[in-house]
Amino acid sequence: MEFQIAATLGRSTLNRVQILGRSGIFLLSSIYLAFFRPFRIYRLIKEIEFIGSKSFLIVFVTALFTGMVIGIQGYYSLSQFGAEAALGVMVALSIIRELGPVLCALMVTGRAGSAITAEIGIMKITDQFPALEMMAIDPMKYVISPKVIAGIICLPLLTAFFDLVGIGGGYLVGVKLLGVNEGAYIGKMITAVTFTDIYGGILKSLSFGVLITWISSFMGFAAEATTEGVSKATTNAVVITSLSILIVDYILTSLLL
Amino acid sequence: MIKVENIVKRYGRVTASNHLNCHFERGKVTVILGGSGSGKSTLLRQLTGLEKPDSGAVYFDGVDLTTLNKTKLYEARKKMGMLFQGSALFNYLNIFENIAFPLREHTQIADNIIKTIVTMKLEMVGLRGTEDLMPSQLSGGMMKRVGLARAMVMDPKVIFYDEPTSGLDPISTGVIGKLIMDLNKTLNITSIVVSHDIESCFKIADNIIILFYGDIIAMGTSEEIRNSSDLRVKQFINGEPEGPIPFQRTDKNYLDEILFD
Ligand SMILES: Nc1ncnc2c1ncn2[C@@H]1O[C@H](COP(=O)(O)OP(=O)(O)OP(=O)(O)O)[C@@H](O)[C@H]1O
Ligand SMILES: [Mg+2]
Repeated sequence: MEFQIAATLGRSTLNRVQILGRSGIFLLSSIYLAFFRPFRIYRLIKEIEFIGSKSFLIVFVTALFTGMVIGIQGYYSLSQFGAEAALGVMVALSIIRELGPVLCALMVTGRAGSAITAEIGIMKITDQFPALEMMAIDPMKYVISPKVIAGIICLPLLTAFFDLVGIGGGYLVGVKLLGVNEGAYIGKMITAVTFTDIYGGILKSLSFGVLITWISSFMGFAAEATTEGVSKATTNAVVITSLSILIVDYILTSLLL
Repeated sequence: MIKVENIVKRYGRVTASNHLNCHFERGKVTVILGGSGSGKSTLLRQLTGLEKPDSGAVYFDGVDLTTLNKTKLYEARKKMGMLFQGSALFNYLNIFENIAFPLREHTQIADNIIKTIVTMKLEMVGLRGTEDLMPSQLSGGMMKRVGLARAMVMDPKVIFYDEPTSGLDPISTGVIGKLIMDLNKTLNITSIVVSHDIESCFKIADNIIILFYGDIIAMGTSEEIRNSSDLRVKQFINGEPEGPIPFQRTDKNYLDEILFD
């Protein structure tokens, strides 16, 4: 009995390690292949449009309301100690260090990650990958590489945009609505935010860009070749990507601080 | 044109190709027949290099595909076209762009010439005027014809067809069969067709290979197969449920299984 449990456990661990290995090779080869001719600039632009441009609105709304909420919450907490002037610092640091990269990545996961898994899964069940192979085109390079590279390019930019809008949202609520001194909001913020904070935010958003495109592409690629398989993979991709983002965020934060 | 030497392919405990030896002649239509799960698609995937056999060799135009690296294999693929069972059209491109795709990827041909080529191919399959439609707006038979137009747009030497007529009405089946023969006769394209449609098979085939659970049980010209005295071949081409080919795959006795399992 114990032996059986151990065997099952061992087998499932081996399976998991194997999947992890396969997905690692998947990621590395997709990035590696992007450095060889032909460079598919047009495919890359398409993916940047899909992952990046089309996420602008959703990131804008998320950032604005996040900034505004922190503005209110921060104001009432800080005013208990008479420290409203530090509101700008609080909004900026919490957004640049944590909320910007994480929320932005989660929103992109919901919007683009699930669509990537579905798209690749559908390509798989309709034999479009072997069709590309038969036309002497490497599916990995043609389909996957542009997505991963687009993720690496888009996430830092979207996050920077999120940070700006979020800080603007905090400013609206704090300065315009609740009457925090404008000079204090901006001045203290500028002196308090260090290069390390910004660097950390960029590093996080880069990692999340890789995570999102990697996991959602691989889940589509590895999906069981049936319609149920693809819909299951789509749900799983969103869940796994979101959890990974939070876990990797913790790891990076602990390394950075 | 293509020569298969002693290939073996196993999936777990299933042997999908069991020491196969066969030969596909240049300029001929060869039909691979066999029941469901007999290893037809597996053989086709190995002929195209989409999958490597566990052992054995596949010679395409004299070179062993199983030894080629990716670049060389892709070179060889430019001489092949394939019509997939589900057509495998790119769902995000319209019909025109689907057919133009290989040209755009592999050649520097100017747009107006691409347009002429695509129009010619569409005319061949009788679908001129559908250029701007999306694949989802076509019927299954039409999608197969677009798939065929795409497969031949690079003027391949060999075209592979995986079940080109399954799921089609008798007229579409006839149309596809005629297209395969026309391409073969007018352009001298070597054709390799996977099918389990015996009737249309005899209409188009020069040579026939019959597979049965990973083994070749018969191979020869259309005439030879039709007149074969082999009981398994007879059972197969007449579609008889009773005979030397068991309907069940398992060796277990049915009564044993329901009574003692
Ligand atoms: N990728 C795979 N993984 C595991 N087993 C496979 C795989 N591909 C094929 N098989 C097995 O190999 C055997 C032959 O399959 P194949 O698809 O070649 O049959 P087929 O003759 O094309 O059948 P059909 O007419 O139903 O398409 C089957 O038993 C199948 O289960
Ligand atoms: Mg098949």
